Amino acid sequence: MKIEADFSALKIVKFHEYALRFFFGGLVTALAGVIAKHYGPVIGGLFLAFPAIFPASATLIEKHEKQKKQRAGLDGTRRGREAASVDAAGASLGAIGLVAFAVIVWRYLPSHSSLPSWLVLAAAAIAWLAFTIALWTLRRHF
Amino acid sequence: MTDLLLRFLFGGIIISAFAALGDIFRPKSFAGLFGAAPSIALATLGLTIAHNGKFYAATEARSMALGAVAFFIYASAACFLLMRYKSPAFATTFALLPLWLGTALALWAILLR
Repeated sequence: MKIEADFSALKIVKFHEYALRFFFGGLVTALAGVIAKHYGPVIGGLFLAFPAIFPASATLIEKHEKQKKQRAGLDGTRRGREAASVDAAGASLGAIGLVAFAVIVWRYLPSHSSLPSWLVLAAAAIAWLAFTIALWTLRRHF
Repeated sequence: MTDLLLRFLFGGIIISAFAALGDIFRPKSFAGLFGAAPSIALATLGLTIAHNGKFYAATEARSMALGAVAFFIYASAACFLLMRYKSPAFATTFALLPLWLGTALALWAILLR
């Protein structure tokens, strides 16, 4: 299946849904900082991989898929939940890429002090993207 | 307080941006990858490096790898329950958050404590 970008999908998401994502995203990030400050970096670091936006995203996908089916005169509940399940399958692959991101930052940030930190973070983010796309492609073939 | 506000702002912007990428792309299994993007890490690690140094940030990243393994287990469980039992998405993904926390803390206790 071909990967496609549909920018009109951004118009389907309502303003309050964007605001909710921003608020919860900001809240979870701030809380991760508070936890690191109180319990130290070893515990605090766990929360850098907290599923911050996943419940909201899966709920939105279910809602939008259901609405789409209802406009076609169908119930859509079952289809909405299946769509959320497919989204979760993608997130599980993304989480494996998240391990790669974390390992690159852990191993390369302190040991390559001549490299600017932003470069290590950018390289780790690119590795996350490349790794997850590779896993997604492999999964489609097997 | 300024640090917390900056984290809130960066976190809100970066997490919203990755969520928007998830809205744009098709098929849904591909879009789902962005649900596990390193958004919190990208929003906070820069500030952490600036305030606490590279070694502190690297220690956080080592723990993050365990949190990511917990995320994999959490997302796989959500995928299974949503597909097998057709349970509501919000109730399922929210109710499973203790699974993420329990797994992350168990891995920490076994490997890092």
